[in-house]
Amino acid sequence: MSGLLLILLVAAPAIAAASALVSNNARLAEGVNLLAAAVSLACAILLVIAAGAGRGGTWWAGYILLDVTGAWVVLCGAVVYLLASIYAIGYMRLLDEEERLPRFYALFAAFALTILAGPLMNNAGLYWIAIELTTLVSTFLVAFERDAGAMEAAWKYIIVVSAGISVALLGTVILYWGGSLVLGPTYDLTWQELRRAAPEMNPGILTLAFLLVLVGYGTKVGLAPMHTWLPDAHSESPAPVSAMLSGALLNAAMLGIVRFLSIVDAAKVGSLPRGAFIGLGLFSVLVGTLFIVRQRGVKRLMAYSSVEHMGIMALGFGFGGPLGVAGALYHMLNHSLNKSLMFFGAGNAMRAYGTKRIAGIGDVMGRMPSQGGLWLAGAAAITGAPPFGLFLSELTILRAGFHGGYDWIAWAMALLLIVIFIGFLNHFRIMYFEVEQARPAKALARLSTWCIAPMWLALLPLLAFGVWWPQGFSAYFDLVAHSLLGSQP
Amino acid sequence: MVIAHLEPLAASLFSLMTIISLLLAFVMLGSRWLDNYLYAFAAESWVIAGLSASVGYYGGYPELYLVAILTGLFRGLLLPYLLWRIIKRLSVSRELHEILRPSSALVAGAVAVVFSLVVAYRIGGELGLSGTVAVLALTVMLSMKLIGFLMLTVRHEAISHILGLLILENGIFLGAQILVPGMPLLIELVILFDLLIVVACFGVLVRYLVSQVGSTSSLQLKRLVG
Repeated sequence: MSGLLLILLVAAPAIAAASALVSNNARLAEGVNLLAAAVSLACAILLVIAAGAGRGGTWWAGYILLDVTGAWVVLCGAVVYLLASIYAIGYMRLLDEEERLPRFYALFAAFALTILAGPLMNNAGLYWIAIELTTLVSTFLVAFERDAGAMEAAWKYIIVVSAGISVALLGTVILYWGGSLVLGPTYDLTWQELRRAAPEMNPGILTLAFLLVLVGYGTKVGLAPMHTWLPDAHSESPAPVSAMLSGALLNAAMLGIVRFLSIVDAAKVGSLPRGAFIGLGLFSVLVGTLFIVRQRGVKRLMAYSSVEHMGIMALGFGFGGPLGVAGALYHMLNHSLNKSLMFFGAGNAMRAYGTKRIAGIGDVMGRMPSQGGLWLAGAAAITGAPPFGLFLSELTILRAGFHGGYDWIAWAMALLLIVIFIGFLNHFRIMYFEVEQARPAKALARLSTWCIAPMWLALLPLLAFGVWWPQGFSAYFDLVAHSLLGSQP
Repeated sequence: MVIAHLEPLAASLFSLMTIISLLLAFVMLGSRWLDNYLYAFAAESWVIAGLSASVGYYGGYPELYLVAILTGLFRGLLLPYLLWRIIKRLSVSRELHEILRPSSALVAGAVAVVFSLVVAYRIGGELGLSGTVAVLALTVMLSMKLIGFLMLTVRHEAISHILGLLILENGIFLGAQILVPGMPLLIELVILFDLLIVVACFGVLVRYLVSQVGSTSSLQLKRLVG
């Protein structure tokens, strides 16, 4: 049953990509892509339930793994894929690129395919390749608008990220080498085998390998100071792609670091690996804060907020323990929902005002009544204000920090979050309430339902998760924490 | 582990080939002509293919012959051909603006090698492998990594960036042949294939860059800041 769901999960976007290319019909491509996204999400939900009920396992000669951690990342990816597919129908029609739309949807579905497949790889090498493929496919999505800015962003993206994750490949090879001194020259490069080898591996090799992997996948996650590609790629790509990059791709890469951290945890090698992870996390929050406060571009604002959120998630996984892992996983889902909402809002505003500059956008409430309230609520949510999901997850991560004896880091994180709250909402104050600053916008066409509906679909669960932490989630997060720590629940 | 007890001839053969690859990386670092990069890269790939074959022969890994053939074909012929087509399309044949002169870049590269040697020496010592070809392989692997990053940093032409990335990959591949010859074949094959896609993507992107930005120098890419 789960095997069938796994096939369906990746077959749906694959078929969507193929049919978009073959038919070369924009309307058909939109529809099939939307359908594929819905099927993928349904499969992802069922897979999470199956994994939570202990019906995970490996398929196809052990190359595919369904475990609780991977299934959760797939779910977050599938949520964003569906939301972005709905939004894309409305947004991409505004771009006046009708004849290139089928190719866009083919790439879009292929991008989703690589994101959904990556977390299911049971093999450190194949996982690396999946992550590399996400880069290659999404480069062309970033470059889709073909102006100088988009080309620059795409070029920086592919160079920085390819160079970065080649470091992760080096780390993987060194880890395999360390394991080969324990398990013999040939063994499977699976997560379980590496974990099994870890306690007897040389601590120096293990630490070196983890640090290389941390820097490598950290580049893809957007941890500072390797984040330099992220604001450019997020701000120059079409809005649905930005949402996918931020809400789905970063999580899929974060999973790699988490899996390697769990391997290192299986051996007792001191605090350096975890410390480095936490350090990069805190530095990302700091860099995110500084750039949010002085930001001038609306999509770059969202991009730096992603850097900040990935930093917080790194802190959650780094603090560790059941509380930290639960907080980080909850944060992942909330981030996926919230960041989609914010990028959709930013995309709408960009189209309506014809500018990416915050200063060029004004009186959003008056001019864009259909999205005004939604986007503002999303802005409050993304800074971690109650009653939205991110408030709960950030609070949980803070508690994990105090609980795990990382008091100073938790205090620093809390302080930075307050600064972000002020800085981020200040930009929204300008965009909403400084009426005279707004350029006389062109006659704003009414936003189509396709552009507004996904914002509602993202906000409502976000609100629900803020006031109600489902019991099922707690049990599930416990399972993940135990599987990462290698103990029985 | 194969490398712990090698016959002297095999050990010196492996050492020779790794050293030649490292020297070829220095050729790329020290030249400013794009053609030279390409020839050095092709030669390096062939040396690595030879290394795969000899590790397969002396270590008893017949599947490495397949890897060697594919390395020769993909990295030694197909990739250089694709890159040659990209270069032909460009209007530049050499690096025009250098941050570092080639001579200074060579010195920086030498520093990188010394650093790698120190790291490899310590790891080799901890594992009781000092004096074996493993230390040399680790040194070359790390130094080619650093030289690749150096090329990415001090060169501006798009093609130099692509080749810098390929040096990074070559370094890992070379080290992997000696350190982990038993690494699953599937992974090596997929990585070879992956490289091909990477270069194809770069080819398309370079064409877009020329048409949209009007230049392939990264010095022109400075719109997006802050």
